[in-house]
Amino acid sequence: MMKRFSIFAAGLLTVAAIGTAIAHEGENPAVKARTSIMQLYAFNLGTLGGMAKGETEYDAEAATRAANNIVVLTQIDQSEMWPAGSDNVTDPSTRALPAIWENFPDVGAKGQALADAAVAMQAAAGQDVEALKGAMGNLGGACSACHKAYRAPKD
Amino acid sequence: MRRFFIFAAVFAVLVGLAGLVLTRPQRVDRTQLDGITPDLARGETVFYAAGCVSCHSAPDAVGQEKLNLAGGRRFESDFGTFIAPNISSDPVAGIGSWSALDLANALIHGTGPKGQHYYPAFPYTSYANMTAEDVASLHSFLGTLPAVTTESTAHEVGLPFNIRRGLGGWKLLYLKPGWVVDGDLTDQQILGRYLVEALGHCAECHTPRNGLGGLKRDLWLTGAPNPNGKGRIPGLTSDQLDWSEADIAEYLKSGFTPDYDSAGGEMVEVIENTSRLSDDERLAIAAYLKAVPVPQIEPPSE
Repeated sequence: MMKRFSIFAAGLLTVAAIGTAIAHEGENPAVKARTSIMQLYAFNLGTLGGMAKGETEYDAEAATRAANNIVVLTQIDQSEMWPAGSDNVTDPSTRALPAIWENFPDVGAKGQALADAAVAMQAAAGQDVEALKGAMGNLGGACSACHKAYRAPKD
Repeated sequence: MRRFFIFAAVFAVLVGLAGLVLTRPQRVDRTQLDGITPDLARGETVFYAAGCVSCHSAPDAVGQEKLNLAGGRRFESDFGTFIAPNISSDPVAGIGSWSALDLANALIHGTGPKGQHYYPAFPYTSYANMTAEDVASLHSFLGTLPAVTTESTAHEVGLPFNIRRGLGGWKLLYLKPGWVVDGDLTDQQILGRYLVEALGHCAECHTPRNGLGGLKRDLWLTGAPNPNGKGRIPGLTSDQLDWSEADIAEYLKSGFTPDYDSAGGEMVEVIENTSRLSDDERLAIAAYLKAVPVPQIEPPSE
């Protein structure tokens, strides 16, 4: 009896393990790709933000490098990274709201606003810390505008 | 026995009268604004610090359109749905005909020009601590904004909350001018306190409420359920928000968190306002938040 139960339990565990593996494998690479871009934004913004807050000493060259990277990130063509079915209703690993797929023109406009703010930062970052601080606001505003409209809250 | 009934009747009438007197709408002293010269630039700062635009602009307005204070945004609550009124400078549809004193009565006592109580969805419990100078300056600044003729929409509030007189009782309980965080504060923290407790009315969302909708002042800024049902509005006390003062100030300016994620949700509109304050004002808010006491009692979990 006991042995049978053990076999049964082992079987169940195996099924569960395979299930987990499938779920993991099922993680949408498009979601991973766009999340990675967000992390690259955050890393480079960290360089600029640290200087804006006075946590790190202003360094015109490092600031320019970070701003250049941010401009490059805005130029990546993300067309293939937002396939249908990669919204938070279908895929719990993302906070992207289905509204994105219903409002492409507005999403595009918000993306353009980010690209413009990034170019403004590129011009400001190498000047001095005051110019850098001034450009942070618009850059953050462009990020927030899209996140407010198209990203689900945490929890 | 008959005497007792007469006594009881007289007593009941007296209690009733006292109730009527106590719940009548209050007004500021008519001389309160005498001798004050409004300062337009200050009025603009007050306008953004007080976040008027975040509730009174038309739904979905963006950019400059937000300065058309047409109203119309809906705020759902346990007591009904409140709809922000037109507070543009139109003399009929808006509040263009109001005197500075009318505005003072509204902001400080929640009393309308016809002597009616306003619902506390309009955060006069916070604005009650505004200075007379700021009220007068805000009045002047509002007068410079566009006139919009959109009619205000009536609130969708059912019995018993639609009996406005009852709000007089609510105000007796919960409209308490004066500071929550008191004691030995630096000048910077005092400025921050004014921006947070009076103009910014941060506690209206970040402090939990009791069953009657009054703020639990002993759980000041410890976070609260989101009235729209999704997620939780975070606590701002130092045990919950461990950001540095520079982090807080940067967030209020650009919306970037210390991880360089960006704000989302309702805070985006708040940051549109706080981004217009000075660095000193944002740092003052941060300094104040660090001085808010952490309550000894555990906030209730939802």
